[in-house]
Amino acid sequence: MSGRVLVGVKRVIDYAVKIRVKPDNTGVVTDGVKHSMNPFCEIAVEEAVKLKEKKFIKEVVAVSCGPQQAQETIRTALAMGADRGIHVEVTGKDYEAMGPLQVSKIMAALAKKEDAQLIILGKQAIDDDCNQTGQMTAALLDWPQGTFASEVSLEGDKVKVVREIDGGLETIRINTPAVLTADLRLNTPRYATLPNIMKAKKKKIAKVNPADLGLDMTSRLEVVRVDEPPQRLAGVKVETVEDLVSKLREQGTL
Amino acid sequence: MANNLRGQVMRLYKTLLYLGREYPQGAAYFRERLKSAFMKNKDVTDPEKIQKLVARGDFVIKELEALYFLRKYRAMKKRYYEPEK
Repeated sequence: MSGRVLVGVKRVIDYAVKIRVKPDNTGVVTDGVKHSMNPFCEIAVEEAVKLKEKKFIKEVVAVSCGPQQAQETIRTALAMGADRGIHVEVTGKDYEAMGPLQVSKIMAALAKKEDAQLIILGKQAIDDDCNQTGQMTAALLDWPQGTFASEVSLEGDKVKVVREIDGGLETIRINTPAVLTADLRLNTPRYATLPNIMKAKKKKIAKVNPADLGLDMTSRLEVVRVDEPPQRLAGVKVETVEDLVSKLREQGTL
Repeated sequence: MANNLRGQVMRLYKTLLYLGREYPQGAAYFRERLKSAFMKNKDVTDPEKIQKLVARGDFVIKELEALYFLRKYRAMKKRYYEPEK
């Protein structure tokens, strides 16, 4: 039992930013757009830090894959209470093609290297909405998985996970090491305060290349095109009840 | 004593300024209001009163953090979860 938890954190376009699609439909505009940590990853970090505060685990390691800016996201995780960071540097073409499979390969490799007892991830990212990384990581490691967690408690070498499922909750008990993915109601992430961000600058972030881990980062997926959602049409004002009835008849709703 | 209070007030202002960067109506809007709120009390010299004002500032910090959390939580809930019946 190493008492070490790996937490994946992803840098995504901030949830409050209006997303614009590139004119050539190859993706979305990311230049000069505010980025922040994926909200579900924040929940995952909070859960890991809470487990550490309750002395169930010893160390929280935040991992992010991406270009230089991914370090900002790791810093936020460190400010929230993670002990150290690992920045897996993926840039250029590799970063554009990076999907859940590549990330889960990285997480699996790091979990073995760091001898992790738990991996906690957000259930999905708000940019690609894949909801696959946790499941794939568990599969690659052949570890049990507790996905969509809304409550987590460690019981010796087992983990009890209350999962959010359609129309209710499911409670499972799984062996460790395991992979958990955080759902929205798992906890309330703390705010990364200014003094804590300053303190986080002293914590260490190790830099790793996927090649160092012996990983093949090629993607077999091709993005064909990206489109904006259909625009909502403007409504019409009607003067009288007769107008309303005739308009509804026109549309075939009456 | 006076120096200690000065430090507290500075810390409060810095923290609030930092939090204001995410304010829904914009950082500029927030900064203006923040500054005028501090300037309004610039002539307060009674240490007890200053303590009280700092405590109120700390309360505002808590409120802002809660506001940001709720805003994000609601946005996520609206986007990813079915409305409760």
